[in-house]
Amino acid sequence: MNIVPLEPVVARLLMGNEAIARGAVEAGIGFASAYPGTPSSEIIGTLAKVAKDADIYVEWSTNEKVALEAATAASFAGVRAVVAMKQNGLNVALDFLMCVTLPGTNAGIVLIMCDDPGALSSTNEQDSRPAAKWAELPLLEPATVQEAKDMTKWAFELSEELKIPCLMRSVTRLSHARGDVRLGESELLAKEARFAPSPPQAYLSTPFIEKHNILHEKIDRAREIFESSPFNWYAGPERPDLLIITSGSGWYYSLEAVTVLGLEKSVGILKLGTTWPLPERLVLEHLSRTEKVLVVEEVAPFLEGNIKELVGETLSLFDRLTFYGKRSGHIPSSGELNPDLVIQAVSAVLGKETAVDHDYASEAQKLTGQLVQPRRLSFCAGCPHRATFWSLNNALKLDGRGGFVMGDIGCYTMAVGPTGWNLLETNLSMGSGAGMACGFGKLDRFGFRQPVLAVCGDSTFFHAAIPALINGVYNQSNFTLLILDNGATAMTGFQPHPGTGVTASGEPTPSVGLETLCRSLGIEVEVVDPFDLEATTQKLLNLMDRGGGVRVLISRRECALVKAKTQRAAYKMRVDRDKCLGRNCGCARLCTRVFLCPGLIWDNQGQTAKIDEATCTGCGVCADICPASAIIREAASP
Amino acid sequence: MKAKGDLNVIVTGVGGQGNVLLTQLIGQVLVRAGYHVTIGETYGSSQRGGSVMSHLRLSRQAPYGPLVPYGRADVILGLEPMETLRVLGQYGNRGVTVVTNSRPSYPLAVASGMASYPTIEEIVDALERLSSRAWLIDATDIALELGAPIVANIVMLGALVGAGLLPLTTEEFEMGFRESLSNERLDLNLKAFRRGVKEIEAGAMTDRPAAEQLAKKSGPAT
Repeated sequence: MNIVPLEPVVARLLMGNEAIARGAVEAGIGFASAYPGTPSSEIIGTLAKVAKDADIYVEWSTNEKVALEAATAASFAGVRAVVAMKQNGLNVALDFLMCVTLPGTNAGIVLIMCDDPGALSSTNEQDSRPAAKWAELPLLEPATVQEAKDMTKWAFELSEELKIPCLMRSVTRLSHARGDVRLGESELLAKEARFAPSPPQAYLSTPFIEKHNILHEKIDRAREIFESSPFNWYAGPERPDLLIITSGSGWYYSLEAVTVLGLEKSVGILKLGTTWPLPERLVLEHLSRTEKVLVVEEVAPFLEGNIKELVGETLSLFDRLTFYGKRSGHIPSSGELNPDLVIQAVSAVLGKETAVDHDYASEAQKLTGQLVQPRRLSFCAGCPHRATFWSLNNALKLDGRGGFVMGDIGCYTMAVGPTGWNLLETNLSMGSGAGMACGFGKLDRFGFRQPVLAVCGDSTFFHAAIPALINGVYNQSNFTLLILDNGATAMTGFQPHPGTGVTASGEPTPSVGLETLCRSLGIEVEVVDPFDLEATTQKLLNLMDRGGGVRVLISRRECALVKAKTQRAAYKMRVDRDKCLGRNCGCARLCTRVFLCPGLIWDNQGQTAKIDEATCTGCGVCADICPASAIIREAASP
Repeated sequence: MKAKGDLNVIVTGVGGQGNVLLTQLIGQVLVRAGYHVTIGETYGSSQRGGSVMSHLRLSRQAPYGPLVPYGRADVILGLEPMETLRVLGQYGNRGVTVVTNSRPSYPLAVASGMASYPTIEEIVDALERLSSRAWLIDATDIALELGAPIVANIVMLGALVGAGLLPLTTEEFEMGFRESLSNERLDLNLKAFRRGVKEIEAGAMTDRPAAEQLAKKSGPAT
């Protein structure tokens, strides 16, 4: 959605990430940067669409650290800047973040950290909030889509007042929720960039001790501002039987629990929007009016720990105070939160039954449980990754020396499962496949003889695999890196990257050639079309066999979903029912049971394979795997 | 407790059926009509054959959170029958109303011949036992008739609105289409929407031969 021309005051339905983007536009930002990552990608994606209208420079950076560094430069030069990243991306940016705290910043700079509780689309479910305490930076946590917009706008003022970056934590259930948002006016800031540190060299970290002390003063000032922040509020009786303290996504779930259980008169909710540093007086005031406290928050007991720390320092104020939360086991310490988990927690603390129609619930679960099947994820019909992994699987078997594959982060991570023949042994952090391959490739002196392979996507290659590749060359490691070049950051929504020749705002730009870059390191590079199964398998065998040094195979084919937007199918596929021997063929249903393309299905009535015409993209690869030549490629009608 | 007129709607289906866009469209029309709307989407795997579920919660008073608690859906709009059953098992209750597409989209385990898909009789039986009212709509067939399988979701929207399950009229939705769709797409979407409304007016649960008996018995199933 184009969020710029939307008129103020009127309510519009916005996605959480769009609301954050709108808040940034209202704050008059001039600079936005990020590396895509679920659930954060739509923030910069939305801003990229309005870059011209709102006079903002927007970029997809090669990784999160560069994104933060670039945005900090804008702040130094007096231009407000926003950076967005997922929780794993924060780890990449941390090196810089932990140091920029000392010199501090100039124009408002806000770092949005989007966490993925439950790891719905991540390789961990880390809680990013402790980074605020660790780095000593202020932390905001919006609870609603409206607040996401309002808080983002305010975060720039806060950052500018304190002269340090402001952190804001979102979660999937906010970033990917939609809600009605009342829009505000945009600040009419004169965007003029000039680098003029005052005093000279003000942005050095030295003198360290003095600047560390100044940082502490800034955090004390943030605490003071937070004491009266309108983003913190209490609703409930004056002396509640139970006080719920909550932040972010926990607030709606807590509200729902209190409403569903009809406890409005006995349970109060203190909702905190500014969670680090803790507004201590506000929290103490509410703690003093109750004997039971339940802390509701998503992932780590961050708020819970900080409140207990505060109580530890003020013990004499309390006669009796019992805490419930993650430490007591009332709120789970892993996985996503939801209203039912909070309803259960409140019920357990107060010994109250929830009104559930158990007869219906058990019948519903029994009846539907017998009928529904799980939906396993798979590569899309026509996905080049399926073809690449098919060849890789065959090559490893033909080679027969126990070769294995280190994985990485992208659509191809799905090859941890049956859609990629369970080929990937790891899926840890960006670029880690190549990094670990470096290590395996140096174990020969200990009798290690297995071929080592690593895969990474084109965007992941630029993000983090390059230093590992250089390491492999320098230290003469022995492995094959397979770059799956599908021409986009497909997993997160097809964002462009340095190899695509297009910028975030759609302008043409020189593209960085994968093979040119690799060859410049003295690496032997081969390029192959994954749809040519025979050539891909043979090249993989050759590269594995060669041994000694680092080899790169670029498997290049455009993402099927991207291709479908502009091009027609190459072939019209059909199964020749006279040739398909079904279960009587020695292939044991290789096409429908093993190849697992959603476009190719088993027809139980006809007892043959069948093309699902609504799903098939006409890539033609399956024709080459059928031993009976029963799958036919025909020229697609123009 | 929930205020009068507040509604929990769950739209469910599989990736590629236009679930997210459909829910967004419903939400936009409701917001324009002055409702508070919150939508929670679960679509981690939307483009890869996974289940996609959107929770839409509307209220005149104040916005709700993005997730409907278990057993508290008022309306389930299913774009795919197995997904409808999946949601019914978790979010259904004795009062829930269901409008579901009849056309299956096979999970990989079924497509690869390792598992079987429930029969139409089993689906109808489950709908009757677990809902207060249910409509089975041949939305994909209708969309194919109109020449564009992708508008099955708009046929389903027509059925939902035609059944009076949202606090808005068909006119308000048609106005929403006019405001948000380009001219070339408007005509097709209006046709699909009106066909969905008509399906409800005809009161047919399904016209598939296998379920004829059940269909006659049930109109909208009670």
